Amino acid sequence: METLSSLADGFAIALTFENLLLALLGCFLGTLMGALPGLGPANGVAILIPIAFSLGLGPTPSLILLTSVYYGAMYGGRISSILLNIPGDEPAMMTCLDGYPMAQQGKAGEALSLSGIASFVGAFFATCGLVLLAPQLVKIALLFGPAEYFVLFTLAFATLGGISSTNQAKSAFAAAFGLGIAMIGSDSQTGSQRFTFDEIHLFDGIDFLIAIVGLFALSEVFIFLEKHRGGSVGHSGDMKIGRLLPNLSVLKRCIPTMGRSSVIGFISGVLPGAGASLGSFLSYSLEKQTVDREGKTFGKGDPRGVVAPEVGNNAASGGALVPMLALGVPGSGTTAVLLAVLLQLNITPGPLLFQKNPDVVWGLIAALFIANFMLLALNIPLVGLFTRVLLVPTRILMPVVAMVSFVGIYSITGSTFDVMLMVGFGILGWVLRKLDVPLVPIILGILLGNEMEVNLRRALTISDGDWGILVGSPLVLILWAVAIIGFVLPIFLSRRVKRNMEAARPSEEIAAGD
Amino acid sequence: MQFKHNLVAAAALAIASFAPSVGLAQDFEPENPQCIAPSNPGGGWDFICRTTARFLFDLGVMDDTMQVTNMTGGGGGVAFAHVTKERNDDNNLIVAASMSTSARIAQGIYKGASFDDVHWLATFGAEYGAIAVAANSEFQTLNDMMDAILENPKSVGIAGGSSVGSYDHIKPMLLAQAAGMEDVTQVKYVSYSGGGEAMTGLLSGSVQAVSGDFSEMLGFVESGDIRIIGILAPERLKNFPDIATAKEQGYDVIGANWRGLYMPQGASDEAKEFWKQAIMTMAESDDFKAALEAAAIEPFNNFGDDMNAFVQGTIDDVTKLSKEIGIIK
Repeated sequence: METLSSLADGFAIALTFENLLLALLGCFLGTLMGALPGLGPANGVAILIPIAFSLGLGPTPSLILLTSVYYGAMYGGRISSILLNIPGDEPAMMTCLDGYPMAQQGKAGEALSLSGIASFVGAFFATCGLVLLAPQLVKIALLFGPAEYFVLFTLAFATLGGISSTNQAKSAFAAAFGLGIAMIGSDSQTGSQRFTFDEIHLFDGIDFLIAIVGLFALSEVFIFLEKHRGGSVGHSGDMKIGRLLPNLSVLKRCIPTMGRSSVIGFISGVLPGAGASLGSFLSYSLEKQTVDREGKTFGKGDPRGVVAPEVGNNAASGGALVPMLALGVPGSGTTAVLLAVLLQLNITPGPLLFQKNPDVVWGLIAALFIANFMLLALNIPLVGLFTRVLLVPTRILMPVVAMVSFVGIYSITGSTFDVMLMVGFGILGWVLRKLDVPLVPIILGILLGNEMEVNLRRALTISDGDWGILVGSPLVLILWAVAIIGFVLPIFLSRRVKRNMEAARPSEEIAAGD
Repeated sequence: MQFKHNLVAAAALAIASFAPSVGLAQDFEPENPQCIAPSNPGGGWDFICRTTARFLFDLGVMDDTMQVTNMTGGGGGVAFAHVTKERNDDNNLIVAASMSTSARIAQGIYKGASFDDVHWLATFGAEYGAIAVAANSEFQTLNDMMDAILENPKSVGIAGGSSVGSYDHIKPMLLAQAAGMEDVTQVKYVSYSGGGEAMTGLLSGSVQAVSGDFSEMLGFVESGDIRIIGILAPERLKNFPDIATAKEQGYDVIGANWRGLYMPQGASDEAKEFWKQAIMTMAESDDFKAALEAAAIEPFNNFGDDMNAFVQGTIDDVTKLSKEIGIIK
């Protein structure tokens, strides 16, 4: 096995005292940055680049440090999702849906350890995939043309109904609203301005981090203010933390989920136009349709609802390295930063990287394995520490949340305009919560809207305006079929559920979920 | 600033006598120097800033490490407005720029911006545009492709890493013009976000050709995935003598994408002189030349008056072209 011997060489490069120390440092800093809203993996890596260079590190140690930060941030994003209902970065958004309810039920410790294990499984599987399949996977990524990407994004929207089952009309409204926000900015095809009102800060559209932090974090603060006006003290200390490790039966029930979500997440990562957010989203919604067709446990604190998106987003972060290394095309913001680092080190990613710089590639892959084990070892014992956050009185926690939000957003672009925009989104989020409109479809609209539109227009440019290109290849037809099934199935199932509502007691399911 | 005129005179004298103005440059010491990259981390402008920061520090030109700030927005317009409106007298600021910067000023994409708003500091490199096709393409030469376009413009999709009207789009339109096409807007251009994505468009067979910069194609040429059928250079490149120019195939089109820097117009003359010397020192160092060669970028140096004349020239060219092609009125 040539691959295995190359990997062994990689470990020989990576397993030095200095490199292990760097990996540990990177994991720790990454987890921290991932946990802070606003400071996502891309910013984390970008901030640390100067440090790597001023330390005078060589190519391999720099890459080890920075990829540890990358993986660490993907782990860390879930912590604030679960504890505070504030996603630390955009792929961690889906983890809020079941993680926060679990924390409220006094199972924060369990949710954190479970998601830590899930992150490990996802990342481990993806790194294995990277080792064994990178060259072949590039060919799959190349099967996706603009039409395929458009249908893939349509598929994400088609399965939305499965996510927020309370009121379909409200989630449709939310998705349309998000798509509308995505239209703001320069038209990427022609460069002309849309809804920017000559405001230069809007020329590139609205950064989805601003929307996420505003809608999730700030609206939480506003709701707190509303409930506790008049100086009453926020509830504190009454939150149970519960056991720190999940029991084996829960873990066992999550294993099939991990398997499915790893595959979905990894494939989303490999496609340069899709990325980790789509990976965690699809993992969650498909998992929900597989194991919880009747909508009884997901969204109410089902451990599988925590595991699926975490496996998905970490598997995607590994998958995203495939096109980055093999084609020089970054699949996400963070891999774009890593690409820049490689270029700085005079290493040109692309089809020849594996032949020209095998030491760098295999050292990097070995470093990913090491970082992954280190993160698991680092995260599980720290669960106890993280959960202490819940013991902080809300009246102290909420100002901190507000502060972190402001600093995080200001640090992205250094513009006060964005901070004001975030406050605007905060107020909007508060109003929408009052109206019981789900927030996830809005973010999804903002996140995927642009790519969806761009790919549709690219496809139509290529076909000279012939809409037939959208049904023109076998892959497109398969994707349409999945999208249609994903859209139609929940509607029929919910009818059946209503019929059976009284007939069968769902007690068994719920008891198992508890 | 009563010394200003004296210093200008001194600077003029120093340049006129070709004396190395090291003494003068030392009148200014940068404090917390900053380079703004008007793109995301990983973009071309980001590369300019980070490379400059690294070399200026390694060469000992500066004691501080230069901070690189990414300020995205409006295709560089946000950074341009930031510099002209808020930091116009900052002595410690430089900003990455390239052909896109002057093209966008020419096309009025930066609202209200003009050539005189900033101090054009230097260019240190340039690379030529190129047209590439997949390895198994039926087009063996640029002539094959242009003939196919003349016959049926819709049959050849050309991908580029930037929006409609950008320099990647202008290059194939110029070729079409040279080939005798009457309405060059008929050239089928498919816009991708970035050169790398445009390349996947070619490799996946979505489009028939790519218009881009030579350096971003190099890796794929060496791996045998694509072929360059025409490079928009005045003559064949020294290191790549097998690649034919567009000119020798009968299309007199040259497309050079320069890389350089600007700084605030209101900065002191001492500061402008310091940065000019700093970039000169960098451009002349052997390590830097080697780094450019590795990235397939040709050394291309313009400083001072040369730089002003050069940037003004590119802006005039793009304005004229864009009018001819019908992008601006």
